[in-house]
Amino acid sequence: MGMDRRRFLKIAGLSAVMGLGGKAAFDLFAPGELEASVKDVPITAVKKWGMVVDMSKMDDEIMEKCIEACHRIHNVPNIGNLKDEIKWIWKEIYEHTFPGQHHQYVSEAYHGRNFLVFCNHCTNPPCCRVCPTKATWQREDGIVMMDQHRCIGCRFCMAACPFGARSFNYGDPRKAPKELNPDFPTNPAYPTRTKGVVEKCNLCAERLAKGEVPACMEAANKIKEDSLVFGDLDDPDSKVRELLREHYSIRRKPELGTEPNIYYIV
Amino acid sequence: MYDGWKIVIGLIIGIGLLIFPLFYNGLKAAKAPEPELTAKAKEAKECIESKSFMRTQHMKILDRWRNEVVRDANRLYESTSGMRFDKSLQNTCMDCHSNKSKFCDQCHNYMGVVPYCWDCHIEPKENK
Repeated sequence: MGMDRRRFLKIAGLSAVMGLGGKAAFDLFAPGELEASVKDVPITAVKKWGMVVDMSKMDDEIMEKCIEACHRIHNVPNIGNLKDEIKWIWKEIYEHTFPGQHHQYVSEAYHGRNFLVFCNHCTNPPCCRVCPTKATWQREDGIVMMDQHRCIGCRFCMAACPFGARSFNYGDPRKAPKELNPDFPTNPAYPTRTKGVVEKCNLCAERLAKGEVPACMEAANKIKEDSLVFGDLDDPDSKVRELLREHYSIRRKPELGTEPNIYYIV
Repeated sequence: MYDGWKIVIGLIIGIGLLIFPLFYNGLKAAKAPEPELTAKAKEAKECIESKSFMRTQHMKILDRWRNEVVRDANRLYESTSGMRFDKSLQNTCMDCHSNKSKFCDQCHNYMGVVPYCWDCHIEPKENK
C-alpha cells in the first residue's frame, strides 16, 4: 500500500478542515437558531402541577363519574376486552395500587378497596427517558405530555412505566365496537387517536390552556367538594400544599424513585 | 435480432398502454378543481392570511401549528393583519370550511396527496 504515515496524517487533517467548512460549521458558528425559534412563549407560570386524591371523601360512584368525564372528553373508546383496553384513568384495588404497603393484617377498610389511579406525571418520568422520538416528554410545568404526531408505537414507554398508565391502540379506536360506544367520538372538539400509538392522561393540558380545571376534578367536585384537588405543588400557598401539610399522604411505588406527583390522603 | 417481430409487437402494445390515458383525455390535462367556500367562509372575506398565502402555505402552517400547540402549549396565532386565532385544524379551520369534501378533498385527490390529519382529527359532519 502506497501511503505512509505522513501522507495519511495530511489527508486526515485536510478532511477535518473540509468537514468543518461543511455541516459542522453551521452548528459551530450559528448556534441556537433552532432553540430560539422553538422557545417562543413559556408554558405557564406554574412550576409543578400535582394532584391530591382524598380517599376519605372518594367513593366508587365519584370514581365512576371521573372516569366517564375523562373518557368522554378525550374520546377514549371502550374496546370491550382487557387485553386491548384503553384507559386514561381507572380504578385499582388497594393491593395493586400500593403493592409495597400491603400486608396480611391490613385494615378491612382498605382490603380490596378501589383507588382512583391515572398517570402520576412523575418528576423523573422513566417513560420520557426511553422514548426514542421524544413523542413523550416532560413540559416545563411538570406535565408528562404525549405528542401523537410523533409516536411511532414502539411501546418502550409502556414497558418503562411502573404504573401501567399507558395504553396502546392495537386497532383503530374509531372501529371500537359500536354497541359499547354508541356516540363515539363523544367530543367533536378533541381528536381521537389512530392505530399504533400510545396514549395516556395528559392532565387535561388542552383544558388548562383555556383556564379550566381537569375534567376528573370537575366531575369529582360536583359530587363531593375537595375529593380531588389539583394545583401547583411548587406554591406553598396552594390548596394541594395545604392539604398535604394537614394530612398524612402516600404515593404509589415511591421506592422506584420516579417521584410521582399524585398524592393519596388515606 | 431473434423473434424481432414479437418484441416489436410487445413494444407497441406496451407503449400504447402507457400513453393511452393521454389520448383518452383528449391530450388535455384534467381541470384543477376549484375549492368551494361555505357561506360562513365567504362572509369572513379573508382567511387567517391572504388567499395566495393560504393556497401555497396552508400545509406548512398546519405543520407548525401542531408542534407549537402540542409541544409548546402556544395556542394563539396572530395573523399579519393582527387578528387572533386558536391554532386548531378541527375547531378553527373546519369551523368555517365545514365542507371538507368540496374544500379539502377535491384538490387533495387531484394532486394525489393523502394527508393523514383525519386519522385522528375529526372531520365535520357534512350533508352530502
